Amino acid sequence: MSLIDGLLEYLRGDEKKSAAKAKERLQFVLVHKRDRRDVAPPDYLPALQEELLAVIAKYIPVDRSAMKVHLGKRDEYDEFDVLELNITLPETGRN
Amino acid sequence: MSKIIVVTSGKGGVGKTTTSANFSSGLALRGQKTVVIDFDVGLRNLDLIMGCERRVVYDIIDVINGEATLHQALIKDKNCEHLYILAASQTRDKDALNLEGVERILNELRESFDYIICDSPAGIESGAFMAMYFADHALVVTNPEVSSVRDSDRILGIMAAKSKRAVEGRAPIEEHLLITRYNPKRAEAEEMLKVEDIEDMLRIPLIGVIPESESVLFASNSGIPAIHQKSDVAEAYKDVVSRFIGEAVPMRFVSGKVGFLKRLFGDR
Repeated sequence: MSLIDGLLEYLRGDEKKSAAKAKERLQFVLVHKRDRRDVAPPDYLPALQEELLAVIAKYIPVDRSAMKVHLGKRDEYDEFDVLELNITLPETGRN
Repeated sequence: MSKIIVVTSGKGGVGKTTTSANFSSGLALRGQKTVVIDFDVGLRNLDLIMGCERRVVYDIIDVINGEATLHQALIKDKNCEHLYILAASQTRDKDALNLEGVERILNELRESFDYIICDSPAGIESGAFMAMYFADHALVVTNPEVSSVRDSDRILGIMAAKSKRAVEGRAPIEEHLLITRYNPKRAEAEEMLKVEDIEDMLRIPLIGVIPESESVLFASNSGIPAIHQKSDVAEAYKDVVSRFIGEAVPMRFVSGKVGFLKRLFGDR
């Protein structure tokens, strides 16, 4: 930030408006929110599964039921979401 | 059927004991038989806030150890007809509390009280765990400040995973967000997180907003909970009690707009 920007911000009184910054920073550290509220899998999951299946089917003949997509946490205190993709390849599909 | 309510927050100094004192007093003023228990063993303070510190003879640990009966340890509140206080021990270490003992006390209290308020210590150690373990409801006290919001989120996660209700697979603890030390003017000036921001981040229903006020220090200095005085804080806590017992009360003290008379005569 240049001196002029800083001065303009000071004159506008923006330097005190830190609430948005607080909110933005909190969004990254709140870990339990999804556990409690969004118990249902995210709504993009079926579409994601379809598209992944389509891509894989281009190369390997796999059945729809042979693929499972799961989004979750390893345990309740885990801070990271894990996207699990489990595909059972048919015997004949291997080269 | 009596209800067990934990007042919790994770973070210290956000207003748990102030809330426990005012919420339990408010319920008692509405004619509900209420008992408030201090779970902060080693650092008891509820007795001071309730103004009964000189009447503490026996405490929760004495009852757990069988050195006193519950009847002997319960202190009748001086301001409310239907309110009793169970003090925490000041001298013993926090490990003196145990789940079996706490359960025995709560079961005995259930027989004669409508509401049992558990004032949790700060942190996520054994005292906080004991305070929330048997709860049916939780008042999650949160300040409009990043560390408080994060700690509330953490304690919500722990309650959802570790409470008796969770362990037994029953309906979860009913959670209520209580925002304290709120300054609507600063929130409107975007200097402070807004009520909606905190609701949006913690995703639990809001039960009330307590404005930042000098009357809280006045109340603790005097040993008389703020709800007994004339102030915004008293009104806000009365609203919380009304909402808790199922009355529809519009949210107050969330806007920075000051009425004409108030502007003329000042905030106090």
